[in-house]
Amino acid sequence: MSDQDFLITVDGMKVRAKRGQTIISACDAAGVYIPRLCHHPDLKPAGHCRLCSCYIDGRRASACTMPAAPGMVVVSNNEELNNDRRVVLDMLFVEGNHFCPTCEKSGDCELQALAYRLGITAPSLTYQWPKREIDASHPDVFIDRNTCVLCSRCIRASRDVDGKSIFGFSGRGLGMRLNIDSETKLSDTSFAAIDKAAKVCPVGCIVIKRTGYRTPIGRRHFDKAPIGTDIEACEVGDPE
Amino acid sequence: MDPEGQVDTTTIEDAVGKFGGARDRLMDILQEIHRRLGCLEQQTISALSASLRIPSAEIEDAASFYSFFNRAPKGRFHIRLARTPVSLMKGADDVARAFVAATGAQIGGTSAEGDFSLDWAADLGMADQEPSALINGAPFPALAPSDVRTMVEELRRNRDTTNALPLFPGSDASGLKQSRIAINLLGPGPVLFGDKRSGDGLQKALRLSPEEIVKEIVKARLRGRGGAGFPTGLKWRLCRQAVAETRYVVCNADEGEPGTFKDRALLTLAPDLVLDGMTIAARALGARQGVIYLRAEYAYLEAALRNELDKRRNDGLLGANIGGVNDFDFDIRIQFGAGAYICGEESALLESLEGKRGAPRDRPPFPTDRGYLGYPTAVDNVETFACAAKVIERGAAWFCGFGTAESAGTKLLSISGDCPRPGVYELPFGTTLNELLDLVGASDARFVQVGGPSGQCVGAKDYGRRIAYEDLSTGGSIMVFSAQRDVIATALQFTEFFADESCGWCVPCRVGTTLLKQDLEKILRGRGTLADVRALESLARSVARTSRCGLGQSAPNPILGSMRNFPEAYEARLQEEEFLPRFSVLEASAEAKSIQEHGLLDVEER
Ligand SMILES: Cc1cc2nc3c(=O)[nH]c(=O)nc-3n(C[C@H](O)[C@H](O)[C@H](O)COP(=O)(O)O)c2cc1C
Ligand code: SF4
Ligand code: SF4
Ligand code: SF4
Ligand code: FES
Repeated sequence: MSDQDFLITVDGMKVRAKRGQTIISACDAAGVYIPRLCHHPDLKPAGHCRLCSCYIDGRRASACTMPAAPGMVVVSNNEELNNDRRVVLDMLFVEGNHFCPTCEKSGDCELQALAYRLGITAPSLTYQWPKREIDASHPDVFIDRNTCVLCSRCIRASRDVDGKSIFGFSGRGLGMRLNIDSETKLSDTSFAAIDKAAKVCPVGCIVIKRTGYRTPIGRRHFDKAPIGTDIEACEVGDPE
Repeated sequence: MDPEGQVDTTTIEDAVGKFGGARDRLMDILQEIHRRLGCLEQQTISALSASLRIPSAEIEDAASFYSFFNRAPKGRFHIRLARTPVSLMKGADDVARAFVAATGAQIGGTSAEGDFSLDWAADLGMADQEPSALINGAPFPALAPSDVRTMVEELRRNRDTTNALPLFPGSDASGLKQSRIAINLLGPGPVLFGDKRSGDGLQKALRLSPEEIVKEIVKARLRGRGGAGFPTGLKWRLCRQAVAETRYVVCNADEGEPGTFKDRALLTLAPDLVLDGMTIAARALGARQGVIYLRAEYAYLEAALRNELDKRRNDGLLGANIGGVNDFDFDIRIQFGAGAYICGEESALLESLEGKRGAPRDRPPFPTDRGYLGYPTAVDNVETFACAAKVIERGAAWFCGFGTAESAGTKLLSISGDCPRPGVYELPFGTTLNELLDLVGASDARFVQVGGPSGQCVGAKDYGRRIAYEDLSTGGSIMVFSAQRDVIATALQFTEFFADESCGWCVPCRVGTTLLKQDLEKILRGRGTLADVRALESLARSVARTSRCGLGQSAPNPILGSMRNFPEAYEARLQEEEFLPRFSVLEASAEAKSIQEHGLLDVEER
């Protein structure tokens, strides 16, 4: 333990943290899993999904955005928090149009895997049946906004890693959508399948063409073990 | 766009040039273009992207966020009618029907000849003079259905072609008598409207050291008047202590909480006091630039405020070496919002100031550490600055002579709804709701909404409670609802407001506010069961706990508050069944029948 390191408490366990680390990254390094969806270790945090919402020194806050500080006491795993997580996941299912049985991402999908881990069998909230656009114009990448959870991973990756800003949001509230940097379609942009932005989507919205179903369903990441079992593989994104 | 479908590049280049092509002035650039062209179409965004050399996705991200940016051409006159519980109780529906009849436009549409567009809008800041409307940015309070036809005819005759939307913004549309908006200052109080002197506060501040100013504000126990009640002295101290090359002072004049119009009164009647306060803050913090973030709904205040700023520059109260003090340089600019309640939240306000969508920031860092453009920033409400000026002018001890132990001074309240004397009142903290209701002449209030939709619903048994940070805290919105008003219908209107204004950044508020609305609607329509009420309450609590900022955290308040205060109103609507679908099959069948001339066969209820 270097001079810079300090301890925080997470669900009664001592976790070592470094200055500048967020709660979630300290926990990841220590092998303590806090549910998350919008967080990605290679990207700046954004605090969209609220699945990582914990009690931090007695107050609700998102573990992916909160910097760790010496002596912090974090509660991440209790019935109230997990119930709230189920409600938020439920909201994501009814907000979009998710048909897992036909979705290419099934088994590799973080949303689906979180629902399994937290024990959701069927949504109980009201389906919104939104109209969402697809974009198949790009030779290598397919965009199906029906499953987009507006986590901004692709936006952050494209802007901060690829230096392209191919993606952004449009609208606000329930009308918010993923927007593409062109007047009409993805193929008009400089987007490439090797971009970071093409590899970080947690759901089936950004799909690389001609790779579909290469790994048969049943043998995919979260078919083998629930999400969070192996924290390294927590964000699968990369569709190899 | 001109008729050939060409993009008006001159307008775009002019706007970009006017603001030095600066990315962080994107809001100003978009507003300038919008004022000239009347809308921001896709081609305009693309051309602007080329001119500013930033990706169009980033411009779209901001432009598509604000409800006052039209994304397609509108009529020459864009009429926005306030749709709030108060405007509806005063007959906004009838006024809307009169506009539909007189203009030939539907709500949400444009009349065939292209003269008029009609839209509903959120609270416009005229709750004491409802029904109200903005027409191309000019205010039209206290409308009656019988006024509408003449107004519309007069507008139709207006052939001003200098702008796509003539009169907007800043115009007072002075040809029309309705456009002059009254300030009903019915209860001037001792602190803010006590005497007519001004400028003394600033003169005194110039003789104090920055640290002495902060000490005096701390001693006065001044707390933020925008709602949250954070100690102002502490905020200024934190900002002052943050190590940085420069700091900013931002005046939050977004006044978006429905039912609030007291900042408009201050900015109109005592702008010098507010500007004194900002300048005093600048002296205390070492800021060189201040910004007033003014809600788009108040664009008509621009001309008067600009005059006031110019006057101060001439008097040496703004600019270089203010009041002859070496190196005390400070100036103030006005930045407009564009129709987004969330931009009143201080970190969303800063994002908007930087030319982005108004999505709140994660904290820490707090604005006092890293605010506008990354520099330490003190964001304070209009009234807080006015109070600060008075504290310095008359001293902390004098200020603490008003109010209660934890809430020093007075509070400006905007009172509206079912009462004969709605208006602005300055009352000492500690005033009870009973006293306040007597003042406005409300004799049969069923409940009072204190602090707007995000505040609390208070029933008659609690009218002994006090307006104070330690009891009923409010940014200044007080709405009175009489015995004839429906508690659940009101809660639904407030919930709709939050669903419309959710910024969308986080899931529980983006999706949850709409779900809350739909579930409450089901109960209101008499299709709710006990299980529905329980599920609604549980959902409301999850939304409050998990949302990222104050909007989502308080969006469930109208539902939870009405459930707590008026359980009988809910019970009266409940059905005995264990489960009822959201829709009635019989009604759906009848609707199908009316559309396709035959219904579903053999349906029974449920
Ligand atoms: C959704 C939301 C809307 C807000 N709107 C306003 C507003 O219109 N005006 C305001 O002064 N403060 C508003 N606030 C509070 C500000 O975030 C902030 O606390 C305030 O500007 C601080 O100034 P004060 O300390 O002088 O009150 C809002 C907060 C939230 C969460
Ligand atoms: S994105 Fe995930 S949750 Fe949605 S349909 Fe595909 S597999 Fe299912
Ligand atoms: S496309 Fe994927 S990565 Fe991008 S916002 Fe939607 S869900 Fe997130
Ligand atoms: S709570 Fe609502 S307004 Fe606040 S960040 Fe989340 S979506 Fe935006
Ligand atoms: S992972 Fe923290 S908010 Fe999404």
